[in-house]
Amino acid sequence: MLSKRIISCLDVRDGKLAKSVKFINTKDIGNPVVQAKKYYDDGLDELVFYDITASSDKRDIMIDVVSSVAEQVFIPFSVGGGLRTVEDCSRVLLAGAEKVNVNSAAVRRPTLISEASRAFGAQAVVLSMDVLRVEPDPKIASGYEVVINGGRTRIGLDAIEWARRGEELGAGELVVNSIDADGTKEGYELTLTRMIAEAVSIPVIASGGGGKPEHLYDVLTEGKADAALVASMLHYGEYTVGEIKSYLAGRGLKIRTVN
Amino acid sequence: MITIVDYKAGNLTSVKRALDHLGIENQISKDPSVVRSADQIIFPGVGAAGAAMEALKERNLDLALKETFQKGTPILGICIGCQIILTHSEEDDTACLDLISGKTVRFQLSDPTLKVPHMGWNAVRVTQPHPILSHLRPGDEFYFVHSYYLQPDGATEVYAVSDYGGEFPVVIGMDNLFAVQFHAEKSGPLGLQLLKNFSEWRP
Repeated sequence: MLSKRIISCLDVRDGKLAKSVKFINTKDIGNPVVQAKKYYDDGLDELVFYDITASSDKRDIMIDVVSSVAEQVFIPFSVGGGLRTVEDCSRVLLAGAEKVNVNSAAVRRPTLISEASRAFGAQAVVLSMDVLRVEPDPKIASGYEVVINGGRTRIGLDAIEWARRGEELGAGELVVNSIDADGTKEGYELTLTRMIAEAVSIPVIASGGGGKPEHLYDVLTEGKADAALVASMLHYGEYTVGEIKSYLAGRGLKIRTVN
Repeated sequence: MITIVDYKAGNLTSVKRALDHLGIENQISKDPSVVRSADQIIFPGVGAAGAAMEALKERNLDLALKETFQKGTPILGICIGCQIILTHSEEDDTACLDLISGKTVRFQLSDPTLKVPHMGWNAVRVTQPHPILSHLRPGDEFYFVHSYYLQPDGATEVYAVSDYGGEFPVVIGMDNLFAVQFHAEKSGPLGLQLLKNFSEWRP
């Protein structure tokens, strides 16, 4: 049986961590490579780097970050943010990432998913979706709508429909990020995660709302997620990877432990 | 010096980075004569069996690999490089290298909650001791991504198994050939140690 995966997401702007990280050495504050290495040493299962660099002329910095991570971190990692073409995807994969993470660009141009899937294999393509809870209507029957541009733009796309479409187009995994739960630290959106996990047959990674290890337990059991994304829980030093993993293993989940 | 065989199969640079990190001398080559004279060979790969065999043949690397196997060069296959050492792959109905007799077949799982590909971390259980696996303890996990699994004809070629809706072989070997279904180069410290063990292996 596969272990449930614990994945951490690092937001990178101009080559530096976008959120401050509490527990690393002062001189290393803001270095995504150092942070990734620490989580790797602590036994994290996978990493996601999200490039939130605003200007496209600074995107090359991200490629350097990806290469440096790949030289020191020997677990799978994906890279997202600003990937619009197969060429963009190819650059981060060649720099050492296993997977690309596409979001708004895939909503605007869904064939990006199929093109990337054909070029690199479905296992290399992660479709990330930002989802907002809305009043159900004929267009958004599930009551969950996909939003783009970091949650700012609603486009009338049902999240369940988009998840199924993404799988058909060749995505190998889905990241389901709840805008409502994001930042609350009150737990993942269990209903949304479960609805999507039941609608597709590819792995679902739950994102948004994780504040305590029991939140991960809930989404990995009741929410039917295959993996959980954690950010501030780890970044602010509230928990270590080891603490989260021992808690989940203690409650009977299959978790990869590293001695 | 380890030669990493380049046949357009993706994860060469990940393997190279892992060897560099370990301080193990290595080179990437697509030249059959370099492969023939290599001290040790890593034969990696991601992707589909059909495309992998085509790329090998195009570069005459298929014959070079068969020769090096026969003359005793230590070879490590990884992922697709592990599958295509068998006789046949169900994927694209592909005739493979036939270094070990057997085939790869697609997962047919009765449990609908088990997804294909088998992707993520799974425990590897050693069924036959081998120097390359000497560091493994019960429950140790490695990172997998595959939709087809190994089915060698003989049980003596199986060194380790995993469980995914039933046990299936994940490490096979014979004489100077050793092959792992999982991505050792992405399996953390245990995977790195496996690569180091291979570099020190003198079959």
